[in-house]
This record gives sequence, structure tokens and C-alpha cells, in this order.
Amino acid sequence: MALKIIVCAKQVPDTNEVKIDPVKNTLIREGVPSILNHDDANALEEALKIKDQYPDTHITVVTMGPPQAKDLLIECLAMGADEGILVSDRALGGSDTWATSNALTAAVKKIGKFDILFAGRQAIDGDTAQVGPQIAEKLGFPQVTYVKEFSMNEKNITVKRALEDGYEVIQLQMPCVLTTIKELNTPRYMTIGGIYDAVKRDIPTWGARELEIDLNTVGLDASPTNVFRSFTPAPKGKGMMLECDCEKDTAKVLLEKLVEKHVIS
Amino acid sequence: MNFQLTKEQEFVRKMVREFALNEVEPIAAEIDKEHRFPVETVEKMAHYGLLGVPFPKKYGGAGGDHIAYAITVEELSRVCGSTGVICSAHTSLCGWPLWVYGTEEQKQKYLVPINKGEKLGAFGLTEPNAGTDAAGQQTRAVDRGDHWELNGTKIFITNGGYADVFIIMAMTDKKKGTRGGVSSFIVEKDFPGFSIGKIEDKMGICASSTTELVFQNCIVPKENLLGELGQGFKIAMSTLDGGRIGIASQALGIAQGAFDETVNYMKERKQFGRSLSKFQALQFEMADMKTRIEAARLLVYQAADMKDKGLKYGPNSAMAKLFAAETAMYVTTKAVQFHGGYGFIKDYPVERMMRDAKITEIYEGTSEVQKMVIAADIFGK
Repeated sequence: MALKIIVCAKQVPDTNEVKIDPVKNTLIREGVPSILNHDDANALEEALKIKDQYPDTHITVVTMGPPQAKDLLIECLAMGADEGILVSDRALGGSDTWATSNALTAAVKKIGKFDILFAGRQAIDGDTAQVGPQIAEKLGFPQVTYVKEFSMNEKNITVKRALEDGYEVIQLQMPCVLTTIKELNTPRYMTIGGIYDAVKRDIPTWGARELEIDLNTVGLDASPTNVFRSFTPAPKGKGMMLECDCEKDTAKVLLEKLVEKHVIS
Repeated sequence: MNFQLTKEQEFVRKMVREFALNEVEPIAAEIDKEHRFPVETVEKMAHYGLLGVPFPKKYGGAGGDHIAYAITVEELSRVCGSTGVICSAHTSLCGWPLWVYGTEEQKQKYLVPINKGEKLGAFGLTEPNAGTDAAGQQTRAVDRGDHWELNGTKIFITNGGYADVFIIMAMTDKKKGTRGGVSSFIVEKDFPGFSIGKIEDKMGICASSTTELVFQNCIVPKENLLGELGQGFKIAMSTLDGGRIGIASQALGIAQGAFDETVNYMKERKQFGRSLSKFQALQFEMADMKTRIEAARLLVYQAADMKDKGLKYGPNSAMAKLFAAETAMYVTTKAVQFHGGYGFIKDYPVERMMRDAKITEIYEGTSEVQKMVIAADIFGK
């Protein structure tokens, strides 16, 4: 089976190292290393597992970001992807999820027919979990989000979709869009040989012109989302543990405390 | 002059660091305590191309360079000195002489599986009476017409108990002495008459395998002579020139690992109402340690770069090893000291790092031998 798989990935700041500017209330990105978004690494790993099983499978990774996002594609190629495409253009700067998915949908259409599109559930910098599902909607293909288990045969795909209190088992046909979570797999490392091949590879950059996209649908001005303010929530006060000899006493103390604080009267 | 790593080398550091943190560090204390050779880690290193970093893809290598190789050993050693030397001995002491002196047939038969990590490599020069004075070889190889017959004993052989392929020096013509009398042979562990002798119980790098090799009428095929007859001493010395880059990288990694552990500890540990990191006396010591580590790094990468460029690098690899090994001992000793009582117990990794550091001043030429090499370059032999 020779499948065509597209993986959408994003370069994000390593949140272990991120701090918030106390004055501007924005992320301090200077000097913070960029990494392959964790859920996207799971997306790529699942594609690579399919390729392990069906070696004729072709994996294209597409990312949208500034020119340095090319490093992310080098990393994906060094892990085993076949091709990387960078979507990058000043005109795309400031895009929210709607505008981003417009650009990425155009890129996916330009790549051509595919069987499965994998995207990570969400990026750790924005945490929206919207881009993957929006691409699926705009392409008009079936989608399943929060995929934690994946299996396939010649005809169809079966996935487990994680919910807060359990999971759904869903069977669907290709082509389809799946968003992945960390429970799905453990991403592999780059190989040393893969690194030396990947750095030499020519990675195409597609801008608005190559995507033949309406400039009114991308970029900051076309984005319906506006961030009014971001802030660090004030830390909550310490909780209090009520430890009495029996539950009845605990309930009594709790009642007194709630009355005292005018939560109930 | 350009002090920046290439993009490839930066990615190698990123990859090996992730690998080391996930696959090596979690078991480093355990394999040290149990004196257990990490077979499972070696398999993973093979899978990801860590056992043939500086060799061409044509021969199963990763297609990298010696700076990338130095970074690989450094990053592994940053969390586990034993794992670092397994990689170093395999690559520098077995892969490299096969690559440089091997015939095409020998490269296909031995270098390809060595680089792919399907086989593990080792190197046998040291003998009970021929350590620093490597010329005093007593292992003999006699031409028996259709094969070579080896008799003798090698000691302190890194990877000895787990290697599949050994590069062995043996005397083929005693009258000629070292210059022309020693030859190199490729020996497989299954050759008749070859066996593993004593397994050494060491102070440090306890998870690496260090053994005696015993040759009793060991039958080695004629085609397994490496290089020309009588070229063995030159092969051994040139191999060690490169091997020292590996050991220097190991020492550098151990020093960096102990330094990083100490920085973290100093930020957390409070005495007299403030963290250790606030005491200027300790800050100054840390500044000194970091300066030495950076100086060692420059020496190591410079020697590796000279090797890649085909320049004469022997004295430079000796300087790199001398300085990096002494830095490793200096930094790990201070690291233990700064941890106080906690540094002396095995719950903290600096105790292991200090034990692991000591050997870097000894093997592949003691610090004194490095000074002999450097002095010979200054004054001539």
C-alpha cells in the first residue's frame, strides 16, 4: 500500500523555558529555544509508523511560520519524513487560527491528493486546538480529534478518540483528518545519518503568491480573533485542609467556615 | 577562523542530548551500581546511527565528521561516562583503523557492520608489560602458511567482553622491534584460540566492559592482516591520536555534567538563610570551572576539526586530552565538594562522575604520555 500522508506541524517556544514579561504581559521569546510542538511530534510519529509498515508511503510535513521554521522541517526529515514544505510570507504574519487554516488548506490543496492528514491536537503556545479541525472543515473531509489509538487496514481506519471520561471507537474512510494526542505514541529521535541528509535537502518556501490565496483571507487584518489582553493569573491563596476525627465534624467545621466567609447564609 | 558549529553539528547535539536524557541518564546510576554493560542502550545507539558518526554512508556510517563525533561522545558522557567510552572505543579504536588501513574487502566485511552497530568493536594494544611503553609487545603472530597464529595476552581492553571485532597488535618480527616488527590483525571473537580472560572490577566507568583477551594458538586468516606487515605500531599510534579526541570528549562531557548538576544543586541548597549560588566564594570557583570547561571544549573541537581537514593533529589531540582530563578531575572533585556530604553518597550523580573522571587521565595514554607527545612536537624525538 502506497499511502500519501500530510503532517501539519508547528515550531513553538519550549514552554519549559518560557517566562512572561511582567510589564507587557506577553511571552518573552528572546533566547528561548524553539521546538517541534509535542502533539505534532506524535502526529509525525504515527505517520512514520505507517511508513514503517508500508515503506512506499510518502510523508509530507507542512509548517507555517517565519523562515527559521525551516529547522523544524529539517528535524522532521531527519526523523524520516520524505518532504518538507515551509509556508512563509510577511502577508501571513499575525494570522489567527481561521487565517492560518486558510493558508494551510491552500498549501494542502497545492500538495495534492492525500489519504491521511495528521495534525497535533494543539500547539503549546496558543493552546487553541482549532487549526486541525478547521482544515478538515475547509477541505470537506471527515475528521476525528484527540486520537489516542490508531489502526488501519486496506479499506478503513479505526481510531480511539479520547474523551474526558472515556473514549469513542470510530471507524472512518480515507481521506480523513486526524488530530493526535501524546497518548498515541512515543516519537522517535532523529538519526545522525538523517540529519546529514536533511540539512542538504532543498526545502521549498510557499508564500501567498505560490498558494494563489486571496490576501483578504490571511494575515492580521483578516483575522477575526483579537487578543485584548494577556495576563498572568494572580496566584490563588493557599487551600485549607479540614482534618477532623469524623466526617460529621468535618462537615460541621466546613459549614461554619462557609457561613463565616458569607458563601452561604 | 569560525567558532560556530555547523547546522548539522547543532542538530547532532540536540539529538544526542535528547537521546542521552531519555535513554541513558535514567539508568546511569543503576548500571554503574550493578556493573552492568548496557546492551539495550548500545542497540538503540546503533539504531540511531551513534556508532558510526564520522564515517561515510558508503560504509554504513552516518556521513558526519569528527566534531559531530566529539559532540556525540560528549553528550553521552555528560550523563554517563561508561556509555560515552563504549561509543568512543568502538568508533575511534576499531572503526577508524578499519576505515583508514582496511582493504575494500575488509571494509565491507568489518567496517560496515561496525558502523551500523550490528557488531561492536574493540582494540588490543596494552599488555601486562607493555602499557605506556607500548613497544614492549609480547603477543606474537607467527605465519603458518595459510593462516596467522597468535599467542599472548592483552589487558584492560575496553568493550572486551561484548565486542565482536578486535584490532589486535602483535609482534611479527622481534628483531625489527616496534618499527617494522609489529603488525595489526582483525580478530573475531569466534576465532579458534581466542577467549576473554579476567573481567576487571574498576573504580569508575563501571558499566563499561574492561577485560583481558587471551590468545592461545589463535587462528587468524591471512586476509585479516590490517595494513601492511610491520605497520602495526604506526597503525596503533595513529589510532590512539584519534582515540584521544574521543577520550577528551568523554572527559569534557563528564566535566560538563558535573558542572550542570552543581549549578542546579547550588540554586536549591540553602545554608545560612540563602542559597549556595549567592555565596561569592563559590560563584568564583564556578566561574573558574566554567572557564576551564570552555577552554577544554575549544581544544577538543579544534583537534577534531584538524583531523577532518587532514592536518597533523596528534599533538593537538594530546593537548585536548591532557587538558580535558585534568579539567574533568578538577571539576568533578569541586562538584563533590560543593555538594558537601550529599556529594559523597551515591544518591547524587557527582559521586559517580568523580569516579568516572579519573580514568580519563590514565587510558589511551596517561597525562604524562600526553606531555611526552606534546614535548616531542616541541623539541623533536
